[in-house]
Amino acid sequence: MKPSLETLRSALLASLFFGIFIFIWYALTVPRSGDRAIFELSEEEVAQLDELGMAMEDRLYYLESGLDFEQLWQLAEMQFTREEIEMAGGIEAFGFQRQENGEAEVRSHFPTPGQVFSVGWEMIRDPFYDNGPNDKGIGLQLAYSLRRVALGFGLAVLVAIPLGFIMGMSRLFSEALMPFVQILKPISPLAWMPLALYTIKDAEQSSIFVIFICSVWPLLINTMFGVATVRKDWLAIGRTLELGRFQMAGQIILPAAAPTVFTGMKISIGISWLVIVAAEMLIGGTGMGYFVWNEWNGLNIDSMIVAIFVIGVVGYVLDWIIGFGQKAVRYVD
Amino acid sequence: MKMNPIKDPFDPRIDVWNECGERSADPEVTSPETLSPDDERFLKKRELQNSEDEHGVRALESSVMQGLFKTDITRRRFLKRVGAAAAFAMVGQFFPIQSLKAMADDAKKNLEKKKLTIGFVPITCATPIVAGHGLGFYQKYGLDVDIVKTAGWAVSRDNCLNGQYDGSHLLFPMPPAMSMGLGSTRQPWRVVSNVNTNGQAIVLANKHKDKRDAKKWKGFRFAVPFEYSMHNFLLRMVVAEAGLDPDQDIQIRVVPPPEMVANLRAGNVDGYLAPDPFCQRAVYDGVGFIHKLTMELWDQHPCCVFSVSERFIQENPNTFTVLSMAILEATAVAQQRENRAHFADVMAPRAYLNQPPEVLRQILTGIFPDGLGGIRRVPERISFMPFPTQSMGIWVLTQMKRWGYLKEDINYQDIAKELIISSTTEKMMRNLEKSNDEVTFTDIPDQPYPVYNIMGREFDPQAAEEYLAGFDIIR
Repeated sequence: MKPSLETLRSALLASLFFGIFIFIWYALTVPRSGDRAIFELSEEEVAQLDELGMAMEDRLYYLESGLDFEQLWQLAEMQFTREEIEMAGGIEAFGFQRQENGEAEVRSHFPTPGQVFSVGWEMIRDPFYDNGPNDKGIGLQLAYSLRRVALGFGLAVLVAIPLGFIMGMSRLFSEALMPFVQILKPISPLAWMPLALYTIKDAEQSSIFVIFICSVWPLLINTMFGVATVRKDWLAIGRTLELGRFQMAGQIILPAAAPTVFTGMKISIGISWLVIVAAEMLIGGTGMGYFVWNEWNGLNIDSMIVAIFVIGVVGYVLDWIIGFGQKAVRYVD
Repeated sequence: MKMNPIKDPFDPRIDVWNECGERSADPEVTSPETLSPDDERFLKKRELQNSEDEHGVRALESSVMQGLFKTDITRRRFLKRVGAAAAFAMVGQFFPIQSLKAMADDAKKNLEKKKLTIGFVPITCATPIVAGHGLGFYQKYGLDVDIVKTAGWAVSRDNCLNGQYDGSHLLFPMPPAMSMGLGSTRQPWRVVSNVNTNGQAIVLANKHKDKRDAKKWKGFRFAVPFEYSMHNFLLRMVVAEAGLDPDQDIQIRVVPPPEMVANLRAGNVDGYLAPDPFCQRAVYDGVGFIHKLTMELWDQHPCCVFSVSERFIQENPNTFTVLSMAILEATAVAQQRENRAHFADVMAPRAYLNQPPEVLRQILTGIFPDGLGGIRRVPERISFMPFPTQSMGIWVLTQMKRWGYLKEDINYQDIAKELIISSTTEKMMRNLEKSNDEVTFTDIPDQPYPVYNIMGREFDPQAAEEYLAGFDIIR
């Protein structure tokens, strides 16, 4: 199929939006810092430093590193050797440097697009490295998260679809269970987590449980709704054909409700992906959520942004996969 | 074949302790190097054995020989005269190298469990546990240890209680709280050793540079890493000593250490009493300054401990001993000044603390900018003094009582004795000193109940009730 003019135009517009976004990002984050201020000392100041025993070589080095007289004087007075300063991480790390306009040099700031791209490239180039339990490549972290989502979501499907069927077919059941569903549905995964950790006593199973408990409701409600709203005439036809209860369910209700069920699955998998990142930030160990948390605790904003972007892309892919199933069961009335 | 960095002290041909392997300037030892065939065979055999020297036997021998001969010249002279093999037998008679080795080996041979999981929170307090991993201290003791970075203390506690961790880096007050069932189910956990002493600070946001007096802190929001922490107890005491009620006049929030800098930057809190690296990191990122180091409140105060459950000790006595010795040795090595910069670099990568190495170096060397424009040199800013005294435990219990975490009346000394297994720790420390010449501990007090000076008040653990009665603000 040739891309139509419409798609071409929307693609162009999307690229334009993206370009504007990157430009604004760049404009806001480009380091505006001026040159580093290099101070000069008067003869009297030099004499004072000499008196305290600071070697000329050291004095020149510190001046070049952007220290002013007062800071030099402090170093000299406390009898710091260059070696000691190097042991303590070097003079650059002390944050004494000033810019020419007198403001402090900003050490960490929000990363520019360029920084994020280069960090992202580094991360994506080697996604499967494994340096022990606390440092794994982004590909491995993704695999951990996806595995948890697959288990939690799979469990939700196994429970929600049969239960949804029963609730959709029986008014009694749906009315009896609905209050529970309504109350449990809005509970945040973060509220479940401590309870799960406490009772299940296993971080891995707890996170799977939390995915399950959060993703089961939309699927349940959609299945129920899909089953309950199968067109009456179709059921009537089934009855005239004297179909049994199970035949009715399998041959009429299931195909009729399938699109709605898949919509529920789409919502559920989206929720699972949201939940897993939050859960992993809480329990630590492995996964994308842990990765984001670990980068946050080192305040590495650039790799955090890359991870967030990857989370978004994977969420989109998950949605797209369920979309395939949805297309397969679509029908026209 | 792996090279052992320590040279064979029974080899008369080489210098062992002289740096750079330069030759001793003595005609006798530098004379033509002839070895008897016996010695030749003896040294060859040792060289082969040496490639599998897992237990540091050679280091042990080297230190024994150094104790005997002091310098390479005298040692080489002696070896040349009597022959290496004969010298080995003679020295072995007086110094039971083999039996010292046997003690450690015995426990090592009978390990109940080799594969262990230990939790840690990514802070410099965990240096012995974390750098111990990076520098192979556990391997050296024949253990296969996974150390698992944990997001915060509540998760650490839960993972300890549900058996996912065999042992963990915990805050000093946590094993007592867990053992008494405060804030969690009751499970007996034991304080084995301090993994650090000192090493915390009060950090305030830059906008409070003019509020260096605690009396001006009314309405401040402070963060501490956990309720059952030295941080919480020390901050409460600082505030109370300034005449403010820590529950009424300020707000104390629990924030996991890694999130503290971000919260300070966002203005969510006005300051915190927290572990490094997050104090120095606030300075590094230009969001706060170091108002006070906690060592200025109580020098050599405990903070974090290595802790295991009573059950673990019962079920795995040998593993427990070996694991504790590994951590104690790492603690002793961390305390040595010349190792500090190296330890900092080992802990910097993503797998461990995930911090800029220069920040960790500033902390561990104690040479650091304070965020107010000054440089400070405080070598004991963080110390690694492993011995957990009963007095430390009793102080923690009194603070639990003072602030209402502990409701019932308890006998402080009895409870502390049960929680803090300091006599076991002392035995292990003494053993380590004997078997490893490079390890010395200076922190085992002469008496079981040392008296401390805490913020200008004398704390005598044998008069704990009187100490508590001396406070105006108490729950």
